[in-house]
Amino acid sequence: MTLSEAEKTFILHGVQENFRIDGRNRDDYRPMELETSIITHAFGSARLRLANTDVVVTVKVEIDVPFPDRPLEGKMEFFIDCSANATPDFEGRGGENLATEISNTLTAAYSSNSVFDYTKLCILKGRKCWKIYVDILILECGGNLYDAISIAVKAALWNTSIPLVKSVTIDGNNVDMNVSENLSDCIKLDISAAPLMVTLCKIGDHCVVDPTSAEEQCSQGAIVVAISKGKFSTVFQTGGGSLHPLTLMEKLKLGAKVGNRLEEALSEALSKIKENGEMGFLN
Amino acid sequence: MSRKELISKVGLRLDGRRADELRRIRCKLGVFSEPDGSAYIEQGLTKVLAAVYGPHQVRGNRLKAQADAVIINCQFSMAVFSTSERKKRPRGDRKSTELSLHLRQALIAAIEVEKYPWSQIDVYVEVLHADGGIFPACVNAATLALIDAGIPIKEYVCACTASIANNNQAMVDISHEEEILGGPTLTIVALPMSEKIVLMEMSQRFHLDHLKSVLEKALEGCKNTKNILDQAVQNHIVDVGASTGWASTGEKVKR
Repeated sequence: MTLSEAEKTFILHGVQENFRIDGRNRDDYRPMELETSIITHAFGSARLRLANTDVVVTVKVEIDVPFPDRPLEGKMEFFIDCSANATPDFEGRGGENLATEISNTLTAAYSSNSVFDYTKLCILKGRKCWKIYVDILILECGGNLYDAISIAVKAALWNTSIPLVKSVTIDGNNVDMNVSENLSDCIKLDISAAPLMVTLCKIGDHCVVDPTSAEEQCSQGAIVVAISKGKFSTVFQTGGGSLHPLTLMEKLKLGAKVGNRLEEALSEALSKIKENGEMGFLN
Repeated sequence: MSRKELISKVGLRLDGRRADELRRIRCKLGVFSEPDGSAYIEQGLTKVLAAVYGPHQVRGNRLKAQADAVIINCQFSMAVFSTSERKKRPRGDRKSTELSLHLRQALIAAIEVEKYPWSQIDVYVEVLHADGGIFPACVNAATLALIDAGIPIKEYVCACTASIANNNQAMVDISHEEEILGGPTLTIVALPMSEKIVLMEMSQRFHLDHLKSVLEKALEGCKNTKNILDQAVQNHIVDVGASTGWASTGEKVKR
């Protein structure tokens, strides 16, 4: 989508008046739909639809060897697949740059133990741990990918159940594990501190949250902040353009405020999710 | 041939179907707003999303543009979580490249290619859950997406698999379990109304004597699939029409 000069001006004036093209305020989100457990092959999954941005996140766990420098911690890896269904630009290897950018940001946001407790994933010190694969599939891009992905990742992790390891025995170099055969015996991950990302898009003199793809085109640069329990776990600037330090501080404050609001909304939504409801792409 | 009886004595298969029964097909047109046409299909547990962009100007190398036909560009991709074992890459491997080519071949047969010279149509399919019969589900989803995009096609193009059980009984729509346990799988893409076969692929060898019965079963499967897809398209048109108001003026359309 390319916008003409007049369309851009229209969007800019709307932002100045605090009345955006779809009628929202500057700090409002578009409606979201969240579903969990939609992929049966996975240990946990979620699908988030934010207006016309659509992402599916699945979580799979495998047994791996911990990093030598962190023998007590498990691992987590993010993989983004930009499906060509989202836009023809992603065909072939077209989406790879975006995918790397997003996965690096997510890795940074989730890197700290105070954000996500990796020690819970340890099975046997230095020998065995769980590795969490978080696979993100982008099905449609309607702007604000970062926020949508972070919400979906958090919901998918919330949905994840890791098999319960009952006992570990060491026999020479072999490690034998006894995994509980009861399917309902599983560990739920603690995601209370998992970060949510908020994109703050600078349009004219103001910042907007949850930009549509049209608004993203008018922006002179955006800041993505990852908020975990009121604290920043990562901050980075994306897009062209430069920002004044004062604007930056203002943006960060707004980001923290919006992030907390989003956090509350998400935990409320997750508490309302019903098991075995009708879901998926058919509805 | 097969070590296990795929059809029991009472004539039921591993998942409780009879030899000539398809798995449940559920589909939806217009799942996304960004592409020109999109569709979602579930065949049993196999789940596929398809998106169609175009016809639009030729992207990339303009020299590719043809004076007499539209370029059909297909990409097959499988989500890393679609199989029980996590896949390393969603696309780019040999199998997906092959399936992209097959899909293109299937769609060229159906699309009225001469209508759009100097243009291009992109068809992208994404497998969300693989449980046997991936390629047929992709063809069927692509057909629905093309219809949703309003691209003129000669007729529905449908695909179906068939195999042989207990050495002589043909059975239709092979699930993943049967694919592993059983013998050869025959995949056909057909234009069911004119009964033409567009693409045929066999996974293993089997005796020529069996080919006729298996082929007939697969073709019958294609015809049944076509009827289901046709019903879905009609329902979709009624839904869309009703929301824009034309259905309210006349007699209520029965679903």
